[in-house]
Amino acid sequence: MNVSYDWLKELVNVPVSPEELADKVSRTGIEIDGVKHPDVGLKKIVVGKVLTSQPHPNSDHLKLCQVDVGEADPRQIVCGAPNVAAGQTVIVALPGARIADNVKIKKGKIRGEESLGMICALQEIGFNENVVPKAYLNGIYVFNEPLKPGSDALAALGMHDAILDFEITPNRADALGMRGVAWEVGATYAEKPHFVEKPLTEGTKPITDYLSAEVKDAQDASSYQLRVIDRVKVKESPLWLQRRLWNAGVRPINNIVDITNLIMLAYGQPLHAFDYAKLGSQHIEVRRAKNGEPLTTLDGREHELDDRDIVITNGQVPVALAGVMGGLNSEISETTTTVVVEAASFNPVNVRKTALKYNLRSEASSRFEKGINVADINDALDAAVAWMAELGGGQSAKGTLSPTAIEAKDVVVDISLDHINHVLGTELQEDQITSIFRQLGFGVTVADGLFAVAIPPRRWDIHIKADLVEEVARIYGFDNLPSTLPTTTMTIGEYTPKQKRIRRTRHLLEGLGLTQAITYGLTTAKAAEQFKLQPGKPTRVDSPMTTDHAVLRMNMVTGLLDVIKYNRARKETNVAIYEQGRIFTKTGDQVRPTEIEYLGGALTGQVTTKTWSQDARPIDFFYVKGIVTHLLEDYSLTEPVRFVATQTVAELHPGQAADIFVGDERIGFLGRLHPAFAHDHHLPETFVFQLDLDALFVAPKQEKIAQPAPKFPAVTRDIALQVAETITNAQVMDVFRQHGGAYLQQVKLFDVYSGKHVAEGQKSLAYTLTYRRDDQTLTEDEVTQAFDRVKLALESDLAAEIR
Amino acid sequence: MDFQTKLEELFQQNNNRIKEVDSLDDLNQIRIQLLGKKGPITSVLRGMKDLAADERPKVGAFANKIRDELSAAIETRKVQLEQAVIDAKLASETIDVTLPGDPVVAGTPHIIIQIMDDLESFFMGMGYQVLSGPEVEEDHYNFEMMNIPKDHPARDMQETFYINNELLMRSQTSPMQARTMEKHDFSKGPLKMISPGVVYRRDDDDATHSHQFHQMEGLVIDKHITMADLKGTLLAMCQHVFGAERTIRLRPSYFPFTEPSVEVDVSCFRCGGKGCPVCKYTGWIEVLGAGMVHPNVLRAAKIDADVYGGFAFGLGPDRFAMLKYGIDDIRSFYTDDLRFLTQFSQEG
Repeated sequence: MNVSYDWLKELVNVPVSPEELADKVSRTGIEIDGVKHPDVGLKKIVVGKVLTSQPHPNSDHLKLCQVDVGEADPRQIVCGAPNVAAGQTVIVALPGARIADNVKIKKGKIRGEESLGMICALQEIGFNENVVPKAYLNGIYVFNEPLKPGSDALAALGMHDAILDFEITPNRADALGMRGVAWEVGATYAEKPHFVEKPLTEGTKPITDYLSAEVKDAQDASSYQLRVIDRVKVKESPLWLQRRLWNAGVRPINNIVDITNLIMLAYGQPLHAFDYAKLGSQHIEVRRAKNGEPLTTLDGREHELDDRDIVITNGQVPVALAGVMGGLNSEISETTTTVVVEAASFNPVNVRKTALKYNLRSEASSRFEKGINVADINDALDAAVAWMAELGGGQSAKGTLSPTAIEAKDVVVDISLDHINHVLGTELQEDQITSIFRQLGFGVTVADGLFAVAIPPRRWDIHIKADLVEEVARIYGFDNLPSTLPTTTMTIGEYTPKQKRIRRTRHLLEGLGLTQAITYGLTTAKAAEQFKLQPGKPTRVDSPMTTDHAVLRMNMVTGLLDVIKYNRARKETNVAIYEQGRIFTKTGDQVRPTEIEYLGGALTGQVTTKTWSQDARPIDFFYVKGIVTHLLEDYSLTEPVRFVATQTVAELHPGQAADIFVGDERIGFLGRLHPAFAHDHHLPETFVFQLDLDALFVAPKQEKIAQPAPKFPAVTRDIALQVAETITNAQVMDVFRQHGGAYLQQVKLFDVYSGKHVAEGQKSLAYTLTYRRDDQTLTEDEVTQAFDRVKLALESDLAAEIR
Repeated sequence: MDFQTKLEELFQQNNNRIKEVDSLDDLNQIRIQLLGKKGPITSVLRGMKDLAADERPKVGAFANKIRDELSAAIETRKVQLEQAVIDAKLASETIDVTLPGDPVVAGTPHIIIQIMDDLESFFMGMGYQVLSGPEVEEDHYNFEMMNIPKDHPARDMQETFYINNELLMRSQTSPMQARTMEKHDFSKGPLKMISPGVVYRRDDDDATHSHQFHQMEGLVIDKHITMADLKGTLLAMCQHVFGAERTIRLRPSYFPFTEPSVEVDVSCFRCGGKGCPVCKYTGWIEVLGAGMVHPNVLRAAKIDADVYGGFAFGLGPDRFAMLKYGIDDIRSFYTDDLRFLTQFSQEG
């Protein structure tokens, strides 16, 4: 809401500058986003009177004007505006003037003719195009009253005013009218607003001679008031009214429409004016639209209405969308002589939905949807008609049609001194609070620390105690509140085991060289379904904004691949990242997806680049497996972790991918991107992993019990065996596990070889076996026996040749 | 030439040789040659039998003295030469200590998570629980229980991704407050919680908007919680995050779930409040919204609003990070440019 400082001062005493006012009101009531001075940067702009206007001898569209700017002699000014004419009072920028955008006006010659200034359009001196009257949109502005040549044009245009931008929150719609703003400013400075009412003189012809009115459902229009004014002349509004409107950001149109806007700005009460002659009936009916019923609104757009829209009809067809916009069929025009003026209170929900549905948010609809001051409906209507009579020369019909009406009453809220102090943490006294309520213009009676506060209808946002506490707090001043910490019984603040686990997992991965990424939970339909760890259906958002963010992710990998792509495009080729977050999956008839905590990782390029001291270490499957293994070991799982070659993840290389099992449960996978997938997505060779953390959280854990450091020495034996290529390390390890004997503590693979020194289709594996007894030193014999047994088992179970 | 002169000559000649010899091997040769059984001193001593008896002890003592002196000279030289060998070895082992150390592989936590971790530990220290709710939320918890019924104009303030009429991507982390309030047993003590997490809004991504960002709501409910407590808590938090010298101010605002509602400004941590581009020359920076829990919110959770009350606040870790580190594009948090992310590996 644009608030004119000059207008405000007519309504309430404002003891401070616009800037001080903005700061103070922002701190106590309503945020003011800024203060604008329309005259900033403008100078030497005066009123001029065009004495003559002749065609320019060297141009078919320029004119040579002699303009009186209050000097001894008129000035010659070349003007290109199509509407310039002798006799006009206009805006003149003199040589040396500054106009909009800091343009400097100089003396000059235009096509050989001297030009001593410039006749200005409103836009040229900084007006927003949206507020320029349409008649002057493509030409100069012409004052419609005589002004002294040479006088200050900016003053005549109201440009020395200051405009305060009130950011009205939904609860403070009372300040969507100047009177409400005046109350608020008055409360801030303990000043009482003073409003001058415009008395209405009615004629003798009763309104019922013109019109009858009916509201089908009082829920739709709880108050509906109509007046009629006859024999008006529709014309341009006087300058003062135009000034008031454009400083409020509203375009002047004609006196009738301008008055409805003026009254809306003054009272916050939207009004609508119909051309009586165009109604086509003598009856107004407020009802719901029929489904499919057409209406063309004032902006020229056609709408197909439905039964949630409230419409004003002539008894047959709609003539307006109630509270939103009038219909083109009953628009006020220059030929209008009889005007029906409407002031009402429409159902906020319907107004809001209708305005949203047809993209027709207007000054009127935004007020109706937040509520209006029901005490002012008829006052606003009467004031509007009084002004129409004055500015349009018409005669008001006698009486108001009032098919529905609201009795405006104060709301009384009881509140105690203790409660206020209790909520605010203050020690305010009874008289302090009484004076705050009085400052706000509320009625207040107090007895024994109990206030009965009568809130006038203009503050319809206040109806419970908490609302009054807020009023007290803000007027008393938040700065004056003490700062304390809550005194309660002690509570324990600590992470849950799962929260601790998640954080430990993150820190571990960072220690292992992975940087944490955060990617989007909403992704494309295609990406959502890739790298799935568990079967499930995707969840899509209703009417997404873009297909890029349409479906909830079901994996933690594709986002990371986007990150790799992004970084690679910026020449960051070595990337090791992880993300911890949720995936969303549905099965069966599930509507609400299950949210599962996941962990994803993606690595590409080199672990470390070549330096003067060491060679580059490229990332490969086993580097990533090492990270995953270390991470899983940290979970102290009871059940063994197994990596099993897999081809079930289509996006992974069929020969370089492993499912990860804890016991028999598949809790993740790791592998290299399938080269075809990588190629299609312009990705380098990349290794990824994904783990279901929720599954890991619930998997049984080993209890930590301390073991003493071994007292007896260990003995190691190396063994090299040649086996068929198809035999896996896991198979060999199984044999060690089954036949290694009680003293085999550890088996470490230290060499894998296939090539010219072993037979075709064979490979050589070399392990170090560590034996140890906890109760005594192992004898040579014990070791040899165990070693021989396992050698035999390898030979028989795997056809291994021991070398 | 008598023995004495001979020995003196011997000493003179060899003492210099010993001093000048520059290898341990040569020194050893000299030692064997001089002090060995076939050496000159031995032969002098052997020749003493031809001397008069009274001469012998004198010559003998003199010869021994010469031998001891030479022996000492050899020993001294030996120590010198050995030290030289060590010195040479150390010299040969000298490295350029200004060469760079080996690269260490370490990842960086995301800056938003760092901000959240820090706030979590701050609030846990004051006895708050950390609770994270579902990201796909029911309209009931996200809006209705937060005193935002359907058709409430405040729903426009939060353009929401709906999944169907009842399900949505949570547009705030407050639904977790509703869920917790519903379950909390006040006979076991007050409710003190924060709920950090990801939220979603229908915004076009640009430098200051993101359809996904983070929020952290705080809630304290008990019998005697005041707005002064809210102010004190937020002051402590702002000083923790933005510096001990900071002050805060509250301005009236509107949220459907609190009454009174306030916006909270912190004194500018760049200029200290004098005015600079960061605070747009106001000395203050808006950092969060807060207020006293609306009685409708308490009632919706079946809490007796006449007995219990409290405060709530909501802050944006993304915004905190942007303010604290001067980040001007919120998208930086989600495109994950490594050069951007890894700068936050150092504490700062």
